[in-house]
Amino acid sequence: MKKPVLDIKDLRTSFRIKGDYYAAVDGVTLTVHENEVVAIVGESGCGKSALALSIMGLHDHKNTKLEGQVNFGDENLLSLSRSRLNKVRGKDIGMIFQDPMTALNPLATIGRQIEEPMDYHMKLSASDKKKRTMELLRRVGIKNEQRVYEQYPHELSGGMRQRVVIAIALACDPVLLLADEPTTALDVTIQAQIMDLMKELQNQMKTGIILITHDLGVVAEMADRVVVMYAGEVVEIADVKELFENPLHPYTRSLLNSIPSNLEAKEKLHVIDGIVPSIQNLDREGCRFAPRIEWIPEEDHEKNPEMHEATPNHFVRCSCYKTFYFPEDRVGEREYVATNS
Amino acid sequence: MSLLTVNDLKVHYPIRGGFFRKVVDHVRAVDGISFELQPGETYGLVGESGCGKTTSGRALIGLNKATSGEMLFEGKDLAKMGKAERRGYTKDIQMIFQDPYSSLNGRKNVLSIIAEPLRNFERLSPKEELLRVQELVARVGLNPESIYKYPHQFSGGQRQRIGIARALALNPKLIIADEPVSALDVSVQAQVLNFMQEIQKEFDLTYLFISHDLGIIQHMCDRIGIMYRGRFVEEGTASEIYNNPQHVYTKRLIAAIPEMNPEKRFEKMHLRQSINEEYQTEYNNYFDKDGRMFDLKKISDSHSVAMQ
Repeated sequence: MKKPVLDIKDLRTSFRIKGDYYAAVDGVTLTVHENEVVAIVGESGCGKSALALSIMGLHDHKNTKLEGQVNFGDENLLSLSRSRLNKVRGKDIGMIFQDPMTALNPLATIGRQIEEPMDYHMKLSASDKKKRTMELLRRVGIKNEQRVYEQYPHELSGGMRQRVVIAIALACDPVLLLADEPTTALDVTIQAQIMDLMKELQNQMKTGIILITHDLGVVAEMADRVVVMYAGEVVEIADVKELFENPLHPYTRSLLNSIPSNLEAKEKLHVIDGIVPSIQNLDREGCRFAPRIEWIPEEDHEKNPEMHEATPNHFVRCSCYKTFYFPEDRVGEREYVATNS
Repeated sequence: MSLLTVNDLKVHYPIRGGFFRKVVDHVRAVDGISFELQPGETYGLVGESGCGKTTSGRALIGLNKATSGEMLFEGKDLAKMGKAERRGYTKDIQMIFQDPYSSLNGRKNVLSIIAEPLRNFERLSPKEELLRVQELVARVGLNPESIYKYPHQFSGGQRQRIGIARALALNPKLIIADEPVSALDVSVQAQVLNFMQEIQKEFDLTYLFISHDLGIIQHMCDRIGIMYRGRFVEEGTASEIYNNPQHVYTKRLIAAIPEMNPEKRFEKMHLRQSINEEYQTEYNNYFDKDGRMFDLKKISDSHSVAMQ
């Protein structure tokens, strides 16, 4: 069994809106092992980014309430003092941000920005730092590292910038990497390059990676295990192969059916009825996905939906997956029943 | 007859510099593209950011000026028309914009947004106008009461429907859709794409569909043109492009689509590597000594490639 790196227990992140607290991450439990890529998928507003920021302690402290545990090593990150937390993030936990242009400081050279975390977390001489930076640049696939070292972010292309962001995240040999939509702002061919680079680096460095994305294609290419989130809750966890071959939760199945896939030409894409509820208007009782699959009778849902282990290591929330079907698949059948009775 | 024929369209932007800000060079955003749109088809224009696909779309609708070339719409050249004459064709060509957040005026309600093209081109009494807008709003699946609401009261998918209703208001023949779903979530994307296919049949529309997402292009388009650095590298039917890509750049784009089968991910990675090698070693077969693409050459009736 691999060693767990990060162990999140019943994490609840609530934001204050007009005096009341509303949970955007609502009781998330998950474990990341070393050398494992855990993908967190969901649409905007499902709480995936809020989850990442909670782990890093990057939320605005005045208006955010964090409950539960985020165990990293033998410490609970949520109860650490700010100064202690600053010793962990940037060193043992690295973060890759979505938009490389805003993640980089336009006024500092690339070399300076990669060396910055080393200044905080490692005691290195100037020449060692530079040597290490050059090596990092080479490792993220930048060939003319001497030149890039002296350059500013605006002189680099989007793909190069994202490589630099990755180099910064890797600067202090993290045990855990948090990648929040690392390829979303990039072109397709550059996305493919960055995905391949991350896979390669992960094979070499054996870090645990939390990959946050809305793109199921990126998940299929990168992840070992997948966590599907909807409206602040985890609705399904499974190994990547299992999830794509045998998705269980109605939300996962609907999502997979709504992307145009190159495997089979479909006449029509599946549309999920209704909209994602905002965290203020969310009905926190019962199955949260129920309003969007109204054709499933109420008694098929649980009152307090819990995670069930459907097959070994494949967890799914609520019992509605057992009887779920797509109405468009049943159109023919119903007519058949009607004409025969 | 084809609805739109584009011949050797060029859009160049001047680079000014030096003494008296003289024109020193040009950015060749679109550098000689030619294609035809048949009535009722969906033509996909694909490429990465900066390849000129949006500039081409905007030149067709007149949002930026074509430097040279022909744009024959039903046989008449839009590029040579004066403003007044061109206005007559604006009705027939409409556009759906990428970002439903910035393409709707936040100070106007839905009624005024959708009625704007009607007010510009048709003389309707307020009553008739209201009726038309209500019809359109109902057709795009929004609540009839929503015409007095403002854009910020809608979700992204609903806003994009308002944008589509506005584009439909004048019964256009051609709709240029510039990345119509890239700002939307996956499930909302599906909604808008299905809807665009429905109205295409209903209103007999021709689409010029501009996108960087190859999955969506494959789902929507009959024929596809792949653009790179302002020129076409390959053109063909959807199945020709996806099943039998010829140009190394097309191959690279298609290999970059994430593999949906987790078991094949390393196969895909190796495929990408070998295509990258091909790109390095056979560069001269695909690009001339100035790094420009060759002209398109037909390899079958519908399939052409920019190769020597």
